[in-house]
Amino acid sequence: MASNRTLVEAVREALSEELARDDSVVVYGQDVAVDGGVFRATQGLAETYPERVYDAPVAESGIVGLGVGLAAVGLRPVPEIQFSGFAFQAFHQIQQHVARLHSRTRGTLSCPMTLRTPYGGGIRALEHHSESYEAGYAHIPGLKVVIPSGPADAKGLLASAIRDPDPVLFLEPMRIYRAFREEVPEGDHLVPIGEARVVDPGEDVTVVAWGAMLREARRAAGAVDASVELIDARSISPLDTETITDSVRKTGRCVVVHEAPRSGGMGAEVAARIGEEAFFYLEAPVERVAGYDVPYPLFAREEAYLPDRERILAGIERAIET
Amino acid sequence: MPRETVAEFTVDHVQVLDREGTVDTDLEPDLGEERLEELYRLMKLARRFEERAIALQRRGEIGTYAPAIGQEAAQIGSASALAAEDWMTTSFRESAAYLARGTPIDRLLCYAMGMEEGAEVPEGSRSMPPSIAVGSQALHGVGIGWGQAMLGEEGASLVYFGDGATSEGDVYEALNLAGVYDARTVFFCQNNQYAISVPREEQSRAETLAQKAIAAGIEGIQVDGNDVLGVYAVTRAALARAREGRPTLVEAITYRRSMHTTADDPSVYREPEEERDWEAYDPIDRFETYLRERGVLDDELIAAIEERVEADLEEGIERAMDERDSVDPAEMFDYAYADLPPWVERQREAFEEGPGGASGDGTSAGGHGE
Repeated sequence: MASNRTLVEAVREALSEELARDDSVVVYGQDVAVDGGVFRATQGLAETYPERVYDAPVAESGIVGLGVGLAAVGLRPVPEIQFSGFAFQAFHQIQQHVARLHSRTRGTLSCPMTLRTPYGGGIRALEHHSESYEAGYAHIPGLKVVIPSGPADAKGLLASAIRDPDPVLFLEPMRIYRAFREEVPEGDHLVPIGEARVVDPGEDVTVVAWGAMLREARRAAGAVDASVELIDARSISPLDTETITDSVRKTGRCVVVHEAPRSGGMGAEVAARIGEEAFFYLEAPVERVAGYDVPYPLFAREEAYLPDRERILAGIERAIET
Repeated sequence: MPRETVAEFTVDHVQVLDREGTVDTDLEPDLGEERLEELYRLMKLARRFEERAIALQRRGEIGTYAPAIGQEAAQIGSASALAAEDWMTTSFRESAAYLARGTPIDRLLCYAMGMEEGAEVPEGSRSMPPSIAVGSQALHGVGIGWGQAMLGEEGASLVYFGDGATSEGDVYEALNLAGVYDARTVFFCQNNQYAISVPREEQSRAETLAQKAIAAGIEGIQVDGNDVLGVYAVTRAALARAREGRPTLVEAITYRRSMHTTADDPSVYREPEEERDWEAYDPIDRFETYLRERGVLDDELIAAIEERVEADLEEGIERAMDERDSVDPAEMFDYAYADLPPWVERQREAFEEGPGGASGDGTSAGGHGE
């Protein structure tokens, strides 16, 4: 059985089912209870689980730091930060405590937190509401980072994240919260963390994307005169190197697409891994189509900033023509 | 334009045992002679532990160390008020509190020697490992106190931080969140007068640090932090309130007679005269005077306690050094994740093979893949 859902509905379904499955799951964050979240991702949960769904004051560090204590007493915190740009107010808690509790105590305590937060651009939001700094989090050992690109994966990856014994940062691409519907399996549906998905098989060039960029990449792939193998990385850390390098060994070319700034972004990591493991198969340098190395602009310029079909197309053509 | 007072607040200061060793019998906690003797032994143990730790650091046996000489009453008094089901969350200057909770000496030294082994939480123990970042642990203490309430547990949560931490946003957030969630949390601020070199009066314009509770709608109280009986009584009462969902901020007024850490030289920022003034209010001396007058202690018993303290320390130091000798560096790979991930496993293998090994640094040959 499957139902047609938007991404945000799939998130809500996963939260609801995990709350039902495991009494230790606690959902909390700004406006998540009565209001159901500013994107309605938690709508209705507080009515069903009043003892395990809570509104929180505006205090990002507080929201994340509380989770460390909740985890220490055996609960499974699933906090929400309203926009990922504000997770920086909690970055120290994530890096110093959430990701380190297990190693600091040699496994005698752990922090199986799933930190959900809407991320990415394209919704004409205010300053600080459109950032995508997944690479900064992927750089933290002990933390896993996941980005779904559609409703079915959103449900399956979120359920996996909540059940994961390690902390997981779950980044939800705001731009595609309601952009399209997709069949989502009902009931238990788990997508393993750490496995990329080959969206469309192809022979000439590998395109790796994630989150909202996957759709743009697919539009570009459909417009190019070549056979494109499109891969949704979906798990940023751990990144599925094997699926990517297997593909590059076949195609000899790779384009990585992300909306985060180019320098030091995950595209650089993908290129480095291909260099380490598939160097002799490469027929062209790994192409990066990314956001620019500028602070995310206000929305009058965000279309200029975000990689779109044309920029990705040009990137694919550069990779093919080299 | 009408203008009227809409809220007024006061902050109490509590002292049970005054600086001359005289006790206020109305406030005196009901402790038998055995408990009193135990408090004394723990304070002596903590003092000697700190002295030995400084000496061990000077000899290069342990790393940078943050001693709390002068703060024994604040830590032993408060941690002794904890029940077994209560949680303790600390900063980096709470060796005395750990000792009061029964943490073995060698565990504390292992941590000071740079071994994660010392931060392991033994089965059944409810002491979090120390937080080195200033003030960030206050939130963990609230999470614990909130979680305990959610789980319907018996216990409460006691969280330590210093005067400097009260300037950190996390501490403000923690006080506020504890109030919002009726968290079973007691905040225990050891106001030891200095945040490294910055004196208390430059830390905040607030007249007391206890009053920082008022804005969060929770109770704030000051206690003479060099008065072990006062600290015990105030903390015990605060823990009892916490179990009913009423958090408290306790400000214990004390003095860090030692350096901030072994890397610090307090002569740069404070006068010997001030140090001498506080020496006269030493928490152990004061308690000893009281216990002698009460007939709990005499020279013979003090000598026996000191002998036991020295023997325990010797044994603890020996154990820690033995453990250090058997440290396996490759274990650094083992605990980053709940299960050793394959790519970290390959880095571990490469590490064990050494730099000349076939897989280099372990990131090639599929080193990143699942």
